[in-house]
Amino acid sequence: MSQPHRLAEGGRIDRKRPLTFTFNGRVYPAFRGDTLASGLLANGVHLVARSLKYHRPRGIVGAGVEESNALVQVGEGARSLPNLVATQVELYDGLSARSVNVFPSVGFDLRAVNGWFARLMPPGFYYKTFMWPAGSWRQYEHQIRKAAGFGVVPTGADPDDYDHMNVHCDVLVAGAGPAGLAAALEAGRTGARVILMDERTEPGGALLAGSGRIEGLPAGRWVNRMVEELASLPEVQVLARTTVAGYYEHNFLLALERRTDHLAPGSDPGPRQRLWRIRAKQVVLATGAIERPLVFCNNDRPGVMLASGVSEYIHRYAVLPGSRAVVFTNNDSAYQTAFDLLDAGAQVEAIVDSRPAGQRSAEARERGLQVMNRHAVVDVRGAKRIRGVRLMALSADGGSVSGKGRLACDLLAVSGGWSPTVQLHAQSGARPAYDARKVCFVPGPSVQAERSAGACRGSFDLQACLTEGFRAGAAAAHATGHGDGGLSRPIPSVEGREGDPIQPLWIVPAGKPVSRVPKQFVDPLMDVSAADILTAVREGYDSIEYVKRYTNLGMGPDQGRLGNVNGIAILADQHGTDPGSIGTTTFRPMYTPVTFAALSGGEQKELFDPVRKTAIHEWHVEQGALFENVGQWKRAWYFPWPGESLDEAVDRECLAVRRSVGVLDASTLGKIDIQGPDANVFLNRVYTNPFMKVPIGRCRYGLMLDENGMLMDDGVTARLGEDHYLMHTTTGGAAHVMSWLELWLQTEWPELKLYMTSVTDHWATVSLCGPNSRRVLRKLCSDVDLSRESFPFMAVREGAVAGVPARIFRISFTGELTYEVNVNANFGRHVWEAVFDAGEEYGITPFGTEAMHVLRAEKGYVIVGQDTDGSVTPVDLGMERMLGRKKDFLGKRSLFRSYLVRKDRKQFVGLLTEDPKEVLPEGGQIVDDPSAPLPRPMLGHVTSSYYSAALERSIALGLVKGGHGRTGETVHIQNFDGRTIAARIADPVFYDPKGERQNV
Amino acid sequence: MQKYSFLSLARNALTYHENWQRAWRSPDPKPGYDVVIVGGGGHGLATAYYLVKEHRVGSVAVLEKGYVGGGNTGRNTEIVRSNYLWDEAAHIYEFSLKLWEGLTQQINFNLMFSQRGLLSLGHTLQDLRDIQRRINANLLNGIDSEFLTPEQIKEMVPAIDVSPRARYPILGASLQRRGGTARHDALAWGLARAADSVGVDVIHNCEVTGIRREGGAVTGVDTSRGFIKAGKVGCVTAGNSGVLASMAGMRLPLESRPLQAWVSQPLKPILDVVVMSNAVHAYISQTDRGELLCGAGVDSYNGYGQRGSPATLEHAIAAIIEMFPRFSRVRMLRQWAGTVDTCPDACPIIGLTPVKGLYFNCGWGTGGYKSTPGSGWVFAYTIAQNRPHRLNEPFSLERFATGHLIDEHGAAGVAH
Repeated sequence: MSQPHRLAEGGRIDRKRPLTFTFNGRVYPAFRGDTLASGLLANGVHLVARSLKYHRPRGIVGAGVEESNALVQVGEGARSLPNLVATQVELYDGLSARSVNVFPSVGFDLRAVNGWFARLMPPGFYYKTFMWPAGSWRQYEHQIRKAAGFGVVPTGADPDDYDHMNVHCDVLVAGAGPAGLAAALEAGRTGARVILMDERTEPGGALLAGSGRIEGLPAGRWVNRMVEELASLPEVQVLARTTVAGYYEHNFLLALERRTDHLAPGSDPGPRQRLWRIRAKQVVLATGAIERPLVFCNNDRPGVMLASGVSEYIHRYAVLPGSRAVVFTNNDSAYQTAFDLLDAGAQVEAIVDSRPAGQRSAEARERGLQVMNRHAVVDVRGAKRIRGVRLMALSADGGSVSGKGRLACDLLAVSGGWSPTVQLHAQSGARPAYDARKVCFVPGPSVQAERSAGACRGSFDLQACLTEGFRAGAAAAHATGHGDGGLSRPIPSVEGREGDPIQPLWIVPAGKPVSRVPKQFVDPLMDVSAADILTAVREGYDSIEYVKRYTNLGMGPDQGRLGNVNGIAILADQHGTDPGSIGTTTFRPMYTPVTFAALSGGEQKELFDPVRKTAIHEWHVEQGALFENVGQWKRAWYFPWPGESLDEAVDRECLAVRRSVGVLDASTLGKIDIQGPDANVFLNRVYTNPFMKVPIGRCRYGLMLDENGMLMDDGVTARLGEDHYLMHTTTGGAAHVMSWLELWLQTEWPELKLYMTSVTDHWATVSLCGPNSRRVLRKLCSDVDLSRESFPFMAVREGAVAGVPARIFRISFTGELTYEVNVNANFGRHVWEAVFDAGEEYGITPFGTEAMHVLRAEKGYVIVGQDTDGSVTPVDLGMERMLGRKKDFLGKRSLFRSYLVRKDRKQFVGLLTEDPKEVLPEGGQIVDDPSAPLPRPMLGHVTSSYYSAALERSIALGLVKGGHGRTGETVHIQNFDGRTIAARIADPVFYDPKGERQNV
Repeated sequence: MQKYSFLSLARNALTYHENWQRAWRSPDPKPGYDVVIVGGGGHGLATAYYLVKEHRVGSVAVLEKGYVGGGNTGRNTEIVRSNYLWDEAAHIYEFSLKLWEGLTQQINFNLMFSQRGLLSLGHTLQDLRDIQRRINANLLNGIDSEFLTPEQIKEMVPAIDVSPRARYPILGASLQRRGGTARHDALAWGLARAADSVGVDVIHNCEVTGIRREGGAVTGVDTSRGFIKAGKVGCVTAGNSGVLASMAGMRLPLESRPLQAWVSQPLKPILDVVVMSNAVHAYISQTDRGELLCGAGVDSYNGYGQRGSPATLEHAIAAIIEMFPRFSRVRMLRQWAGTVDTCPDACPIIGLTPVKGLYFNCGWGTGGYKSTPGSGWVFAYTIAQNRPHRLNEPFSLERFATGHLIDEHGAAGVAH
């Protein structure tokens, strides 16, 4: 298959590895090493996309990251990738891509009719219309949304993996062009740990896109030599296809490595992309520069390209993007493109230079080229591919034009000067400054440990790039304690040429007011024209941030890389000032887009949040338990028998506990080991109730408040030894409580001598509940006297259970006689199974969290976070007795504030329906008058509600305004499903109100 | 004020859009005003607008240190809703939502207020209890609210994963159909234009550097453009409220923290409603441009830097992918942050201060954008009458002394 625009030789493509790819359904040949863009151009395809707003035909503009027109969708199905830039898509055999946001095709797009109405769509037109009739915006919006957006979201879950890599280094070098290579090498030679990252396929940057020579070698060969030396340095790491995308505080940077995107899907088993999280002592930015387009009428037509892009296609890809070319420039660099075109066999119709004759134009004339000084391309002809250009003579100041001329061509290479890539510098917190001589923004003073070298610093000639690169490398390494800051060897010399200065030319005049000429695009991607900026200014949107937001300049997928500086300069002209006084908009991460999944890394699917399982978890699974998520824990919810519903299973589990014995896996309760001579002082301050004198071997239930006096956590703390306590927290609150305690200990009471250790996972907790629990435990434990007298309620004992050392707590959350057996988690399942063997004769029953909730509700015990919500005090709960009167504790003062001592606060009560079968809806709101007009006064809400098998009726707990004084009164519960249910306020303890059953 | 309509657009098209007037003037500050509002965000502009419109205050200026809407007004995720749990919050946000519903017409500026519906997801049994409690409270407060099952969620949001496969499967959601989004720049500009049209001086690049007082009463403000005399001063400066308060010798119970947001590249329509999840800490909608607009919880550390931390971003993106596995390969375009001022109870402070003639409206935390018109309305009332309106009475500074907090932290179902 032929590639009509492929040069016979040259380029860094692998001609031995031909391949085919598909674009918009057609199959094309290309080579390994091609990008989608170079492959298309080799086959003469320029028209690849349509613009966002007017659906104008768009072609390929550049050859790298500066490309902003050629957005494509690559692949299909779940692996599909939206909005890739054709110049950054490396071809592999079989790659399939298509144009986005076109209907029916890129060649014939019906939405191009938008262009006919462009006059009705000035910037911000949508703020001024679509307002009639009132409330109709949703309908208008529906149509607008259909037209918006570029690519489409993949159809299914991502089949690929992603990961993160955390690294520290002495020197991070971003960009491996001449300056970056030099910096990395010089820093590497000192022995410093260096990471060099570059977004392209291989290091070299602009050196691979030109014909220069360094130290007598062709630039490409010189690059190879540098790369070889870098590879020989053990502390240097070079990463290609890796973009440093974000620069954060304290020299923390994010970089995206695209590991497999250049390979056929599924051909590499590793992660598709990797996010590098880098903490660098020093950063060298060598990110190069991007050529600016020129702003003239219809400058967006396919066939209008950046001069640097044209050169790169010739040198790097051996592709000639056109056969009859015109070059239009306001600076010297595009002359090389004219020579490149000439050398590659193209016909160069003319070099159109806005400046008067100078050294370069003389040189070009010597080579037989026509140079039209003080001329400008004011317009192009052709829609889907240019057919020619319209020329006019330019006045000396570039402000007006006269005369007319035409040239036929199929390629227009333009250069409006260069914009240093200062994005990372700006992201670091620094402010770029405007350099009027170089006509571009350059880095300002650094605010982090970073320095710029080469083109990204506004140094556009190769000698300067190398010099700055080597020096930056040496200085950065020295700052990290490597080398002496001097150069290890002389800087290679490059043949340099004096040139003529660039002439600022922000809008090419067209002989008529900007508002009346065909569109002169500043940001083609977002369809923002020069006239749009002027309109914005006219309407008072005259700061750059307004212009950006009002016109969408730079808001597109390319983040304004191509158009922003032109836009800033056009705005500056309107204000009669220079671009420096306007300033740039804020450059934000990311420099180029980063895949969502790469940012989340491995935190996906089952690893989204760690799953915590108890040591007994698998037993529950084997028994067919259903689970609920409680914090990160999986807790057994209930253990249904075949065919049993949730309610049936829970009734059975509850009755087993009340009548004989049930077992709960309570391992998930937070456990904090507290040791030290001041442990009791500490506990006494963080709990509301006294903790100074808990006897060794005894447990105490405690309440913990936040600063506002609101209940935060509760649990039992046991004193295990003289200076040794074990605190239990709620399952979900464990981590928060731990950090809360550490906060107070470390910042407020550093004088207290104690240590805290989270030991939640160290222990498995088997909670035997029910009247037969003692009988079961007695079969397994012979060295602890389990009698009521020697091991009373709220005591802790150590002994052996099922042959394993254990701590046994006599505490109860069900109201029944309970032994919580704690053993080393490794023995958890062993002890659990032993308990079941021992309990078989008593019909021992496993129960889950749902039954546990019912059992505790029967007893009126609160669950923090369910019956409380951060607005409930111990007094509200009827637990005044838990507040130490003679001591201070966290939250105490808050409890005496006027609102907290009111009698009409929401208070914790029991609720009983008239119909014992009717279970109140949890979350139901409680009202006095169920038919009062809205907004209807609410008294509180139902926090917990169950059917109690033991009591053979429904029970509920809730918070009711002034509830403690309203026992026996009837209130009404209303739910969104339309139900209104009457209930009587009752004491919250429904079962065994004297607490006799747990104390036997 | 030049009226905006399709007709005016067409008329101006005939003259190549060369005859549009400024949307609002850019006056120099006068020596003094009856009321000076510090802060040219949405709340400040709305306050100024309603001061003149509703209370006929003679001369009002809005002082903005940068450009209008450049703070949190232009940095948020554009979400508007009123489904708050507690009565006090619900009433003020619902009042605000009702103002939103007529604001485009009132100020003749298309705010692109789109009641596309807003889902708050529940992932645990406790989430469901909280959601149902909030739905019930909303309904009894006259605020629309519905419960959706996972199947109903899937029907409304085809891209979402409601399967039990997820680490935290979606078990249900509340839906506020009247919730949605509105274009944030439009709000700032529309209000600036409306305020200007009733005679308010909207003054750019005018940073307040001091608050002058005499005998316990405010007399004016020092600014980067000189002293400006003022009978009353209203401060509406969000993340910088603590800084302003210290100029008046006060300390406020506020913490300023970064709150970040980010967008994907523009994509064809895939998500029509707003989806929020407090349990996994992320929320998402799709803009009219096609970007997926996402937000996270506040960053862990206090600070004034308008930059988000990568750690928070990474976790929130993981949460988005957890809910929407199809968005895994979508690429993030840019990330930014605002500085939010948060009270201990996640509710605002709107009212009088110990300094006579000095008023503060701050502490909106993550809820500021949606409340903009309502906040401006009650603040204008408070300044004009020198007493709070019934709606903002509960949001006084005194509540931190009485303990009458309105704790929307845990209870709101979503933090934003």
